[in-house]
Amino acid sequence: MASQRVRTVLAITLLLVVASPLAALAEGETLRGELEKIDGDERTPVAGVTIEAELDGSPVGSAESNADGEWEIPIPGAGTYLVRLVVDTLPEGVALTDPTKFELPNVNVREGQNKTVRFNLGPGLVSGVGTWTRVSSLFVVGLKFGAIIALASIGLSLIFGVTGLVNFAHGDLVTLGAVIAFWFNAAGGGPAWHILIAAVPAVLLVAAFGGAQEHWLWRPLRNRGTGLVPMIVVSIGLSFVIRYLILVVFSGLPRPYRDYAIQNDIQILGITTVPKNLAIIGFTAVVLLAVGLFLIHTRLGTAMRAVADNSDLAESSGIDVQRVIRVTWIVGAGLAGLGGVMFGISEQVQWDMGFKLLLLIFAAVVLGGLGTAFGAMLGGFIVGVAVEMSTLWIAVEFKTAVALGILIAMLLIRPQGLLGVKERIG
Amino acid sequence: MLDKHPTLANVAPEPGVGKPNPILEADGLKRFFGGLHAVDLEHLEVERGTITSLIGPNGAGKTTLFNLLTGFDRPDAGEWHLNGGPLVGIPSFRIARSGMVRTFQLTRSLARLTVMENMMVATKDHVGESFWGALFGRWRHIEAANEKIALASLERFGLDHMKDEYAGSLSGGQRKLLEMARALMVAPDVIMLDEPMAGVNPALTQSLLHHITNLRDDGKTVIFIEHDMDVVQEISDWVVVMAQGKLIAEGPPEHIASNATVIDAYLGRHHGEVP
Amino acid sequence: MDIVKILIDAGRAAIGVPAAAYALSSIGLNLQFGYTGLLNFGHVAFMLVGAYGMAITVDLGGSIWLGVPVGILAAVILGLILGFPTLRLRADYLAIVTIAAGEILRLAVRSSWAAPLTKGIFGIQRFADEFFDLNPIPVGLYGIGRFRFDERTVWVLLLGWSLVALATVFLWKLTRSPWGRAMRAIREDEDAALSLGKNVFGYKLQSLMIGGAIGALAGMFLAIDQQNVNPDAYIPLLTFYAFTIVILGGPGTLFGPIVGSVIFWFLFEFLDGVMTALIVEMDIGFLDALDATDVGPIRFALFGAGLMWLMIYRPQGLFGSKEEMLIDAR
Ligand SMILES: Nc1ncnc2c1ncn2[C@@H]1O[C@H](COP(=O)(O)OP(=O)(O)OP(=O)(O)O)[C@@H](O)[C@H]1O
Ligand SMILES: [Mg+2]
Repeated sequence: MASQRVRTVLAITLLLVVASPLAALAEGETLRGELEKIDGDERTPVAGVTIEAELDGSPVGSAESNADGEWEIPIPGAGTYLVRLVVDTLPEGVALTDPTKFELPNVNVREGQNKTVRFNLGPGLVSGVGTWTRVSSLFVVGLKFGAIIALASIGLSLIFGVTGLVNFAHGDLVTLGAVIAFWFNAAGGGPAWHILIAAVPAVLLVAAFGGAQEHWLWRPLRNRGTGLVPMIVVSIGLSFVIRYLILVVFSGLPRPYRDYAIQNDIQILGITTVPKNLAIIGFTAVVLLAVGLFLIHTRLGTAMRAVADNSDLAESSGIDVQRVIRVTWIVGAGLAGLGGVMFGISEQVQWDMGFKLLLLIFAAVVLGGLGTAFGAMLGGFIVGVAVEMSTLWIAVEFKTAVALGILIAMLLIRPQGLLGVKERIG
Repeated sequence: MLDKHPTLANVAPEPGVGKPNPILEADGLKRFFGGLHAVDLEHLEVERGTITSLIGPNGAGKTTLFNLLTGFDRPDAGEWHLNGGPLVGIPSFRIARSGMVRTFQLTRSLARLTVMENMMVATKDHVGESFWGALFGRWRHIEAANEKIALASLERFGLDHMKDEYAGSLSGGQRKLLEMARALMVAPDVIMLDEPMAGVNPALTQSLLHHITNLRDDGKTVIFIEHDMDVVQEISDWVVVMAQGKLIAEGPPEHIASNATVIDAYLGRHHGEVP
Repeated sequence: MDIVKILIDAGRAAIGVPAAAYALSSIGLNLQFGYTGLLNFGHVAFMLVGAYGMAITVDLGGSIWLGVPVGILAAVILGLILGFPTLRLRADYLAIVTIAAGEILRLAVRSSWAAPLTKGIFGIQRFADEFFDLNPIPVGLYGIGRFRFDERTVWVLLLGWSLVALATVFLWKLTRSPWGRAMRAIREDEDAALSLGKNVFGYKLQSLMIGGAIGALAGMFLAIDQQNVNPDAYIPLLTFYAFTIVILGGPGTLFGPIVGSVIFWFLFEFLDGVMTALIVEMDIGFLDALDATDVGPIRFALFGAGLMWLMIYRPQGLFGSKEEMLIDAR
């Protein structure tokens, strides 16, 4: 049953993501295509153009189009490939009709399939993408990514602040948010709500899950006097439980929401990007502002920061520390869930998306200062932008390594982070 | 009252006064936590071979001063010397090896090591403690010798019957004793005790005091933090008083007991007017 | 459901190649976690650099016997790089950096940049011929009934369990020495160890490097058995296996990793057999929604829950002493 569901979704994904469902069956999977310049009614094959294929960020092969414009790349097996046309190799007078579409990131290849991939070429004056377009659009993508990281990081950082626990299962709360929203939005038996409506129960359920975790797991452990190291091990155990249960329920295939899955680029203020990126940035900014105001201006928010700063002192000045911790878990988990929905809208929903994000979350909180909410926000944006912009100079597959670099550099230079204060000793 | 140390007889009881034969000297030592001046000393000398008590109200900065002197915390400014050697920027474990060992206000027993192991782990310069030494060195005879010393020390502190128990199973008072005995295994010149009597029953207090005077008589320098003025009066050769991070008075115990500044500091009058 | 068959398969797994490999790997992690209290969440990275160090050496024309020290050296250097920025800080920073490094290294060996050396996603194969050529065991099946191994497996198992034995003796020498006592003191309380003049940072770095080198040996052993290194084999799950094994057997005990590994792989195979039988063969209503591919993930979720349970209720391992546990609860 599960596999049937999977197949249906796979078919939908294929239709949605790649506009070219032509497939011929043969032995051994390949990516193939024909490059033609279409100028009005006139079609001419384009030779000598390099096409590259990547799987999960590493190249699997490349090919050059022959005199008939045909090219073919043998690939190791079924999977989701990225196919790129190397713009510099286009001959004079030929260009992509949409200059940003030099990369097709989600080409799904089934078992035994010879997958046809299509690049639309036409007569062009500009061949290739200008530097400004690339820089500005990467910056926007970075801001969007940073916004998602920031949403996910606040909870991790605040929970650390109030309880001293680095929650290694925090990334899986992100996934949980994305997956729950998927059920309400696009799953077979679900209500098929619009994603923005589906986000509401997703955030609420993840928040509730955070509260429940605190109530039934972390608080009892703290009361037993469990040390830091065992707690961290428990959190990594929990992360495996959540992640693999999600894998059972959701299956291993990445799937998009029904809304905003494909969008065309727009130009705004000289920046080329898809509208959803701007929407995510705008929406997140509002949420982060609200969180900031909550922390600064409400009693509960102030209490949270006080507990994060010095929980003994806060306790002795009459703050109900247990309640503050509970609220922190609820709010932190909810924000992580929201981050998951945003991440899902931005990319696709996948069973280990949150775990992959965890590294970036860590980089963000360490950069900003473990335990500080504003540090997490700042760190999130810096890491997001740095990671995306780094692809201007280094290969895409190393962009997460940039985050690790930031992390290690920060630990060497200023371990307490940008906005953190030095730890108490003795 | 126990014997007082002769060399301090002619030292004037003024804050920051020089001593004839100081083992420890600190200058301009400062530590701020945000706006709070936890430690802000101009000059302090500790006389070799004496028992010096460090007293002051809660939050005066005594523990912080210990942390600074032993390298567990970094000062924002200032320098200090042990036996004439500068200690600025030296990591805490090296300071311990160079002869100044401290205990903690909140005891830190090595819970899942036995009492004997707690003692044995404290020995210094042990070939068996290096990786290659552990694999190929000859260290069993060193262990045997150290074990004798440790056992004798445990006997003195009344812990010998517990030697094979986990340290984590000791009572709070016993842990204080163990921590002190363990610090002595490092064979330090200066031993710094942060409230060693807190939580120890009165009968044991007397024997602890006795140990401390014995240490001095063995030529060691003892600096200890204590809130009980009777205890301070009884065994100190010299008393240093801190309040709000500053050194407000020092002198022989009799002098301190009658010092108006000290009384004010403890009773909290003239807050903020303390020099 | 053929329970006898499932039990025999589980028994084979309990002494099989993965059991030996993870016993070895967990011995390294046990030094770090059990004896020193270090949270190395990127143990898989050490296994990876060991395996790749060896495979690349052979691929470049070197001998496998040169590859082994190269792999070990790579792990020691990795330990230095990861430990240096983190080991002066709280325990969690090492965890954060190592878990990140595990992921990054996998992506790095997969990448086009490293592909000339690592062969990218295709990996490197057939680098252990030298080892298999030495096999003195005549062709045949050894054992009784279904409980039999061919000569190749016997040869590999011989290597694996010998390595486990050697590593255990090595750890026995180390942990029974004053060096090991200092490590345990650091595990119990770093500040106390510092106050007694122990170079805590140096010890922790040593522990990370030595434990990592043992992990690298385990990685090499697995690679030799498979005659294959491939980036996608080095997933975070491997670290988690080792953690579960260490805690199962009892952290900070000499034979814990061996006992833990045997139990772990027995359960692993046993659960696999039972669950596959329940899901595929039997007609149980609520299990209908699942199919055979779900067995793996469910098992991992169960192991995750098991790790949590152990850490909470039996932090001293299945056979740990009550006394030690009481102390830990304070
Ligand atoms: N790491 C720290 N961060 C912030 N404030 C600190 C820190 N350590 C100490 N303080 C503050 O510095 C002041 C001095 O503290 P310290 O522990 O040295 O006092 P003390 O004299 O030992 O007091 P007590 O007699 O109660 O032990 C206190 O106000 C304390 O709150
Ligand atoms: Mg104090």
